[in-house]
Amino acid sequence: MTSTPLAQVLMLAGLLFSLGLVGVLVRRNIMFMLLSIEIMLNAAGLAFVAAGSRWGSPDGQVMFLFIITMAAAEVSVGLALVIQLYHRLKTLDTDAARTLRG
Amino acid sequence: MLECLWLIPALPFAGFLVLSLAGRRLSHRAIALVGAGSIGLSAAVAGMVALGFIAAPPRGHAFTQTLWIWLDTAQFRPAVAFYLDPLSLVMILVVTFVGFLIHLYSTEFMIREEGYSRFFAYMNLFIGFMLTLVLADNFLLLYMGWEGVGLCSYLLIGFWYEEPQNGYAARKAFIVTRFGDTAMAVGLFLIFTHLGTLQIQDTMLRARELWPAGSTLPTVAALLLLGGAVGKSAQLPLQTWLPDAMAGPSPVSALIHAATMVTAGVYLIARNHVLFSLAPAVLTLVAVVGAVTLLLAGFSALTQHDIKRVLAYSTISQIGYMFLALGVGAWSAAIFHFMIHAFFKALLFLGAGAIILALDYEHNMFKMGGLRRQLPVTFWTFLIASGALSAVPLVTAGFYSKDLIIWQAYASTRGGMWLWAAGIAGALLTSMYTFRMVILTFFGPPGMEVSRRPGWRMTLPMAVLAVLSLTAGFLDVPRSLGGIPVLSNFLKRALPAAISAGVRVGREGLFEAISGTVSLVGILLIYLFIRRIPRFTEKLVHSGAGAFLHRLWFAGWGFDLLYDRIVVHPYVWLARINRNDVIDRFYRWIAWINRLASCGLSRTQTGRIRSYALGITLGAVIILGLVVFL
Repeated sequence: MTSTPLAQVLMLAGLLFSLGLVGVLVRRNIMFMLLSIEIMLNAAGLAFVAAGSRWGSPDGQVMFLFIITMAAAEVSVGLALVIQLYHRLKTLDTDAARTLRG
Repeated sequence: MLECLWLIPALPFAGFLVLSLAGRRLSHRAIALVGAGSIGLSAAVAGMVALGFIAAPPRGHAFTQTLWIWLDTAQFRPAVAFYLDPLSLVMILVVTFVGFLIHLYSTEFMIREEGYSRFFAYMNLFIGFMLTLVLADNFLLLYMGWEGVGLCSYLLIGFWYEEPQNGYAARKAFIVTRFGDTAMAVGLFLIFTHLGTLQIQDTMLRARELWPAGSTLPTVAALLLLGGAVGKSAQLPLQTWLPDAMAGPSPVSALIHAATMVTAGVYLIARNHVLFSLAPAVLTLVAVVGAVTLLLAGFSALTQHDIKRVLAYSTISQIGYMFLALGVGAWSAAIFHFMIHAFFKALLFLGAGAIILALDYEHNMFKMGGLRRQLPVTFWTFLIASGALSAVPLVTAGFYSKDLIIWQAYASTRGGMWLWAAGIAGALLTSMYTFRMVILTFFGPPGMEVSRRPGWRMTLPMAVLAVLSLTAGFLDVPRSLGGIPVLSNFLKRALPAAISAGVRVGREGLFEAISGTVSLVGILLIYLFIRRIPRFTEKLVHSGAGAFLHRLWFAGWGFDLLYDRIVVHPYVWLARINRNDVIDRFYRWIAWINRLASCGLSRTQTGRIRSYALGITLGAVIILGLVVFL
C-alpha cells in the first residue's frame, strides 16, 4: 500500500480549514456557521491523523478521538443555543443578536 | 485611702458612657441623677483622698498610682498613671467640687432644653478629661486630657447647634486653641528627644541636670509650652476665642471659666515650674503677657453690653493675673487665685444664667435693671461674687488672692514697679467693670418682667459658692494681717515659694492698703460715672477720641479683625486659587487615561459574533506569524 505523501494531506487539511474559516466569517445563518466549525474541526483532525501515521505514533489518532468527543459536546451546546436564538428572535441570523454590544 | 485615686476621673467617664449609650431611654430624673451624681461621687472621693493625703502624707508628699502601661516600646513606655501632690490635689478638689455645683445647677437650668442627656454626657466627659489632665503623671496622658478638654469645649460651645453662629463660635474656639496645642506638641517632642522621657517628674529632674539655666533648649521648650498655655488659657495673642465661647449655655461658660479648660494653661506652667525657672526670659514673657492681657481685657470688659461677654473678658483678665503671678515666680499665689477665681467666677456665671433665664434669654445689660427686688437670692450672691472679683478688702476672698499677686508682682526678685502698676491698674478696671455690670443689672428702674424664678437646685449651688467666695480667702491670710498662709505652706511641697527681694518686704501693709483702696475707688468711680454724671459719661463716649476708644475696646482691641486679615483671608484666598489642587492633577490624569482606554475597548464590543470570530482569526494569524517568522 503506497502511502499518500504527508504534504498533500496537510494541504488538503489546510484547504478544508480555510474553507471552514471563510464559512464562519461570511455566513450569517447560524446553522451554516456550526457546519463550518465542524469542517474546521475535521480539518484539524485530519492533520493530526496524517502526522500520527507519518511518525508512526498513536497520539494522532488519540487526539482525533478527543476531537470527535469535543465536537459532539460542541454540537449539543450549539444546537441548544440555536433553538434558544430561534425562540427569542424568530430568525437564525446571528447579526440580529446584537443586544450585547458595548 | 489614696488607692481610690483612679476613681476620681473614672466616675465622670463612667457617667459619660452611661449617658451617651442609654441617655435616650432614661427619664429626666435619671439623667440628672447620673449626670450630677457621678461628679458628686467623684467630689466625695476627692474629699476623702484629700483627707487621707493631709492626715498621712505619703513619702515625699507625692503619690503615684500606675494603672497600666499604655504603650510598650524599647525606649518609650508611657503609663496610664496618676500623680497626686499638693498641686494636683488642690486642682482636683476645685474641679470636682465646683464642677458638681455647676452640674447640680444645670439639672434645673437645662430642664426645658432638647438634648438633656447629651448635655450631661458632654459635661461629664469635660470633667473627666480635665481630671485626667491635672492628674496625669506623664506628658502624653496630660496631652490626651488637654485635647479632650478642647474637644468637649467645642461640643459644648456649639451645644445649640441649630444656630449657625454657635457652630462658628465652637469652631473658632477649637481652631484658635489648636494653634497653641500644636506649639505645645512640638515642645513635647523637643522634651522627649532631648531628655528621653515624658514622665513629668523625671523630665524636671533631668532638665535641671542637663540644661544650664538660661540656655537655648529650655528657653525654646518653655516657649513652646507657653504657646499651648496661652491658647488654652485665652491669653494674648490667642485670647479671641473666649468672648465668642459665650455662645454655649451659661453652665458651660461657668465650667469652662471656673473649673476646667482656661485654667489648664495656668496648671501647665505651675506643673513645669522647674523648666520655666530654667528659662528666665520666658518667665518674664509670661509675666508681661499676663500684665498686658489683664489690662487689655479689663478695658474691653468696660464697654460690653452683653452680660456674659463682660464676664468673659473678666476671665481673660483674671487669668492674666494668674500668669502675672506665675511670671514673677509666685506659683502658689497663682494657684490660690485660681481657686478663689473658680468660686466667684462660677458663681457670677450661674447668677448671669439665672438672670438670663428669668428674662427669657435677654443678654443685654442695658435692657435689664432693677432686678434687685425681683431676684433677691441672685442679687445677693451676685453682689458677693462681684465683691470678690473686685477684691473688696478684708471681707471677700478675692482680696486675699489678688492682693497676694499684686504684692508679689512688686516684692518678688522677678517683679518690679511696672508689673505692680499693671496689677493695680487692672484692679481699678476690674472693680469698675464689675460694678458697672451690677449697677446696670440690679439697680435703677425695672427694665423687664421676670418670667421665671430659680428653684432650689439653682439657688443652692449659688449660695454655697457665695459662702466660699467670702470665706475661702482665709485659707491664705498673709502674715502682715495676722493670719497664717495655710495654702501656701501646703503647696510649698510642690511649688517653691516666691523669692522676695529683701528690701521691699517691710512695706507689705502699705501695699495692701493701696490695692484695697484702689478697689473701693473703682466702685465709687463707676457709680459716679453711671449715676451721678451720666451726661458727662455719654458725652465722653460720643466725643471723637472717646468714641474711637469705645469702638476699639468693644471689639476687643480689633484682634478679631486683625486675625481675619492676616490669617483667615489669606487662607481662604489660597484655598480658592488652589481649588483644583495641583497634586490632584496627576491623579486626575490617571483616571482620564483609564476612562479613555475603557471607551476604546468598549467600542470593540459590537455584539456581532462574526466580527469576534474575525478578531480571533486575525489574532491567531498574527501570533502564528510571529512564531514562524521571528
